[in-house]
Amino acid sequence: MDLFEYQGKQYFARYDIPVSPGGPADTVDEAVKEAASAGYPVVVKAQVQVGGRGKAGGIKLADNEAEVREHAGNILGMDIKGHVVRRLWVEAASDIDEEYYVSFTLDRSEKKHLMMLSREGGVEIEVVAETNPDAIVKLHIDPVDGLSEAIARQACLDAQLPERAIEGATDILVKLYRCYDEGDCDLAEINPLILKPTGEVHALDAKVTLDDNAEFRHPEWDAFRGLTEMDEREKMAAEKNLQYIGLDGTVGIIANGAGLAMSTLDVVNQVGGSAANFLDIGGGANADVMAGALEVINFDENVKSIFINIFGGITRGEEVAKGIVEAMGRVDLKAPIVIRLDGTNAEEGRQILLDAGIPQDKLRSEPTMLDAARVAVELAN
Amino acid sequence: MAIFVDENTKVIVQGLTGGQGKYHGLRNRDYGTQVVAGVTPGKGGQDIDGIPIFNTVAEAVEATGATASFATVPPKFAPGAIMEAAEAGIGFIVCITEGIPAQDEAKVFNRLKRDFPGTRLLGPNCPGIISPGKCNIGITAGEIAQLPTADGPNVGIVSRSGTLTYQALYELKQRGIGVSTCVGIGGDPVPGTNFIDCLSEFQSDPETHAIMMLGEIGGSAEEEAAEYIAANVTKPMSAYIAGVTAPAGKKMGHAGAIVSGNKGTAQGKMDALAAAGVKVGLNPTEAGELMAEIVAAL
Repeated sequence: MDLFEYQGKQYFARYDIPVSPGGPADTVDEAVKEAASAGYPVVVKAQVQVGGRGKAGGIKLADNEAEVREHAGNILGMDIKGHVVRRLWVEAASDIDEEYYVSFTLDRSEKKHLMMLSREGGVEIEVVAETNPDAIVKLHIDPVDGLSEAIARQACLDAQLPERAIEGATDILVKLYRCYDEGDCDLAEINPLILKPTGEVHALDAKVTLDDNAEFRHPEWDAFRGLTEMDEREKMAAEKNLQYIGLDGTVGIIANGAGLAMSTLDVVNQVGGSAANFLDIGGGANADVMAGALEVINFDENVKSIFINIFGGITRGEEVAKGIVEAMGRVDLKAPIVIRLDGTNAEEGRQILLDAGIPQDKLRSEPTMLDAARVAVELAN
Repeated sequence: MAIFVDENTKVIVQGLTGGQGKYHGLRNRDYGTQVVAGVTPGKGGQDIDGIPIFNTVAEAVEATGATASFATVPPKFAPGAIMEAAEAGIGFIVCITEGIPAQDEAKVFNRLKRDFPGTRLLGPNCPGIISPGKCNIGITAGEIAQLPTADGPNVGIVSRSGTLTYQALYELKQRGIGVSTCVGIGGDPVPGTNFIDCLSEFQSDPETHAIMMLGEIGGSAEEEAAEYIAANVTKPMSAYIAGVTAPAGKKMGHAGAIVSGNKGTAQGKMDALAAAGVKVGLNPTEAGELMAEIVAAL
């Protein structure tokens, strides 16, 4: 789950990482209220999950209430690279002496965590990596050992941060690592991490991606739900706990396993069609999950045919078949189904579908993935 | 010969008393795998269809001489189960659990590497491993795996995705091509066993004559494998990479399967493998056809 900036800052605050006082606002009046309690001057910031907000006019400084009204009014509803601004974050403006960059993420090749620290912050780190790679200190952290204060301090020295920033930056590094580790982040990034004239070091932005697998031990994440950027189909799928991604083609896809689902998209594409979605019903899906998946697909107006591609392992063929029969009784499917069923209990599954007596123009069974893709695409085009 | 597991492998099932554990554990036994014990804390002394249950892995190992473990427990308990198996001296652990937090996975991997270098973890979030006719640990339906022949040629399979592993087995079965071992390494960000580990084993396994590899978008494991292949693998290979049509920035189900920027694209991986001399198919069926051509020429 990707957090908005303000959510990221709220998460940082739980780990004692210094952030500016401020609050979220959905209306101009709320923005004025938050500005008053944060104290002028303030910064009004668009909350969208896309880079380049500043350039698009989504971040403005305001010295008084009139300016807050003006900027908040302009930014709310603004379209930034296809993301409509529905919420603002209003925080006390900071005096900035210098801007740094720091992030923690997993280096999958090394199987260790990677910290990147740079004295050149406030710009895209990818740009720094290209133009001045020596300005980025990269440090691998063994997940078992974690990040000690001594190592964090050495990294700050290696990054050539000025002496007066070392203590504050070291402290934030250790806290941010704790947030990343105990807080189960896939990514925890501060850009810019600022040094104020007073010598304080402070997080001016927050980019956090949470690891959905760890949700079971983070009841506090509930507060972050609801505002995530999803289309209607994705919302419906999320409610049913389905791995769904909306696309813009005409063949609805249901498969078991991420690899097979991706492969199904590929094959549909190769035979001249386009997928309306990615949908992985996962391992061990039962009849209920299959019925739910069909409901989500059926909700999508663009879907002209449905390709169900199942290779049973942990998922059993008879459960898949029962789900299809159940769904066809429960919802009026607008598009015909083409199914390819193999693997665990596939025979039983095919028999259940046959016995249900569903007409050929509603449900067709094909022997291979390629055959099924061809038929599904033919029906959709 | 086969890699990692064979007819001598003695398996315990951690979680045999659970629904999934029982279903797949008994299926593994029915296939001919030596499933010698189950482990569930608090249920020691019971049995599941004649398979004795122990409270701890250590007790099960002591009583049965088990060498491998099949861990099928919920995400919350999986890291503990893996470490318990390693501490009890199990040399090969297959963990099929999906949904383990990445932070836990990274800790388990590095702890095993440091404290139990003799233990290999396969998975988590993988379908398991099958050496057809000898041993099947995990959730693969055994009947879709073609038995290897004494003289070959036989194919070794390594795959990052569960269902694509079955698809690969099935493609070879349709063509009557024997399989030495099929390893599903799983789609998580920190797999215990990676492509290179398996390629290295297949390269030195006399019963494996060719190798089929199935990858997917995200990360750089396939690119690293390609480098390894170019330098070390002399056996002929075919491959398929899932996710050619996947849009950037969208996680395709697997925690690991995401294209970020220009990194981790299917095309990049396909190019890297092709440059290493691997025959790359555009879908699993094509990869199977390419393997049939390779085998016919051996």
